[in-house]
Amino acid sequence: MTSLRRRPRAGGEIETHMKILHGARRSKPKGRNGDLSRGLLLRLELPSDPSLLCAVRGAVERLTESFGFSAPDCRAVTRAVDEALTNIIRHSYNGRPDRPIEMLFRSVPGAATPKASEGLEIVLCDRGPSIKRAQLCMRELEEVRPGGLGLHFIQQSMDIVEYKRANGTNRLRLVKYVRAPKQEVNS
Amino acid sequence: MQISRRQLDKTTILDVSGDIDLANSPAIRKALLKEIRDDRTPRVVMNLSNVRYIDSSGVASLVEGLKAARDVGSRFILFGLSTSAREVLQLSRLLKIFEVYDNEEQALAA
Repeated sequence: MTSLRRRPRAGGEIETHMKILHGARRSKPKGRNGDLSRGLLLRLELPSDPSLLCAVRGAVERLTESFGFSAPDCRAVTRAVDEALTNIIRHSYNGRPDRPIEMLFRSVPGAATPKASEGLEIVLCDRGPSIKRAQLCMRELEEVRPGGLGLHFIQQSMDIVEYKRANGTNRLRLVKYVRAPKQEVNS
Repeated sequence: MQISRRQLDKTTILDVSGDIDLANSPAIRKALLKEIRDDRTPRVVMNLSNVRYIDSSGVASLVEGLKAARDVGSRFILFGLSTSAREVLQLSRLLKIFEVYDNEEQALAA
């Protein structure tokens, strides 16, 4: 387990916990935790502080590399996670830096389309107010104006993007499948 | 993230290093708008060769700079984009909207 401890702030001490729960990927479910820990690779708990985004990107980059994603897909997943966290900080918590965010990274079975043997599931949870459907709409890219690109980047980067509200928690589920390398054709 | 400023005749070069994300995109916006809107610099060139990552808030700051430049009739030029920075401008269909060059020499010659 790696734990990052930050300096005390005016509102009290903020701790960031980064728990690498399994050294090796493709872990089996273990006993009591059952479904909750199935395929769990990494669990992060952090406050909604923008200065931590850089540390999270670093962790996601390492995780996606070790998971076997191509370099462009590593960047895509990192971008999606960063944009999702940015949306939580800005819209769910209105920029407050001390609200809780939890992230779970799991290995999940692959899919037929795209053809993949396995995927990486990332679930981001926050306790902000419910997100209105209108807030999840992307703007037209033809407009050259600042803002409104984050959700577009997430949709472009991931294979599955799902939002759910349950028990006072916003839950954003992202999945990216590992593409099989293209076979070289010998002439 | 750090921003430093160089002046070459009527051109200001802003050298940016570090990631541009929610934590520091306001600083980028402030520096750009000061050069373009307040100081009316005819040509503002941003060196991104030491920027590994730009998020949507960083892109929004660059778009604000571009709009301000168009409003006051100055030029806003980017160079040295990383693969990741190029990708986000492509994803947002802004790569062709900005003046983008590979290096400083090309940017200054433009």
